[in-house]
Amino acid sequence: MKIFYAFATLLLFAGLVSFTIINDGYSVGDTATDFELKNVDDSMVSLADFPDAKGFIITFTCNHCPYAVLYEDRLIDLHNKYAPMGYPVIAINPNDPAVQPADGFEEMKQRAEEKGFPFPYLFDEGQNVYPQYGATRTPHIYLLDADRKVRYIGAIDDSPRDAEAVEVKYVENAIAALEAGSNPDPDFTKAIGCSIKTKR
Amino acid sequence: MLYSVLVNVRLKNLKYFLVAVTALLSFNTASAQWQKEDLNIVYEYEELESIFEMDNDTTYLINFWATWCGPCVKEMPYFQEVADFYKDKAFKLILVSLDFEKHIETRLISFLNKHNIKGEQYVLLDGKTNKWIDKVDPQWSGAIPITIVYKGDKRRFYEQEFHNFEELNNIVEPIIN
Repeated sequence: MKIFYAFATLLLFAGLVSFTIINDGYSVGDTATDFELKNVDDSMVSLADFPDAKGFIITFTCNHCPYAVLYEDRLIDLHNKYAPMGYPVIAINPNDPAVQPADGFEEMKQRAEEKGFPFPYLFDEGQNVYPQYGATRTPHIYLLDADRKVRYIGAIDDSPRDAEAVEVKYVENAIAALEAGSNPDPDFTKAIGCSIKTKR
Repeated sequence: MLYSVLVNVRLKNLKYFLVAVTALLSFNTASAQWQKEDLNIVYEYEELESIFEMDNDTTYLINFWATWCGPCVKEMPYFQEVADFYKDKAFKLILVSLDFEKHIETRLISFLNKHNIKGEQYVLLDGKTNKWIDKVDPQWSGAIPITIVYKGDKRRFYEQEFHNFEELNNIVEPIIN
């Protein structure tokens, strides 16, 4: 019996380890799990709180990263345009404030107030959500549909440094595709950003 | 002028004088470091591509960084140590900064001079990042820092921060030897 338990424990660990290694986060087509995270207004926010949503513009972002800051106004515009259509922005700060103090919860509250964020700005306390998504940088967008299916991953548009020089609005085009009942093209883009800050 | 000062110096003041001259000289070398014209400022990614395509016996260590990137700044000393360590070998350190154009003088050059940074310096200003991230490496998500080490056909890509000299040297050593 002892041997059986030892073997079972070993199997369990092997399973956990391989799961951790294989899981690189979501690809387009995967279904995202819901979460419950603390918002800057101290309420808890889940995707289930938006039963009428046609989708979500999940944005991993933060206070300190210059690329995240460059997109703040564009995120506000996105939310103001698309939340009434059923696609709210849900911003999540994935950074560990022990590594990057500017991304602490109090600092998030302050920034949200300064900028007047019209969308939830959630704190991934304990850093359990961003690895599920596979986010690697800030900002990093995951566009979900009403079934929480991932439909687009990447950047908001093609010109992070200069809003004036934007030629392709990836997220807006992706939402237009969903509205038209088709698949976003491209459904995956890349952009320069700050690495997500974790303890070693 | 310096000569007349030198003549007037009494022996008991010589020590102070030498200290002053040494300070002056080191100040002069410090102020003659990086200037804007020493940097390769690149507006189109295509102008950078050749740094990945050197087909010779030199090992190239390429780091994408920025002064605004905390982990990049933290690991920079190890790149300097590795460059020192291989200074007599066929080895070249290339730093590609993703600093903003308006910060080239105020932040980038002042950082390079303050920390006496060595290596070949590039500043990549091509703002259409989705166009070129995959060309640097398809594995790259877009977060910095990243490091590439290559010699001829041997090439390795790392999207991570290095925490000490050994950790960084561990990726250079198998390529250079």
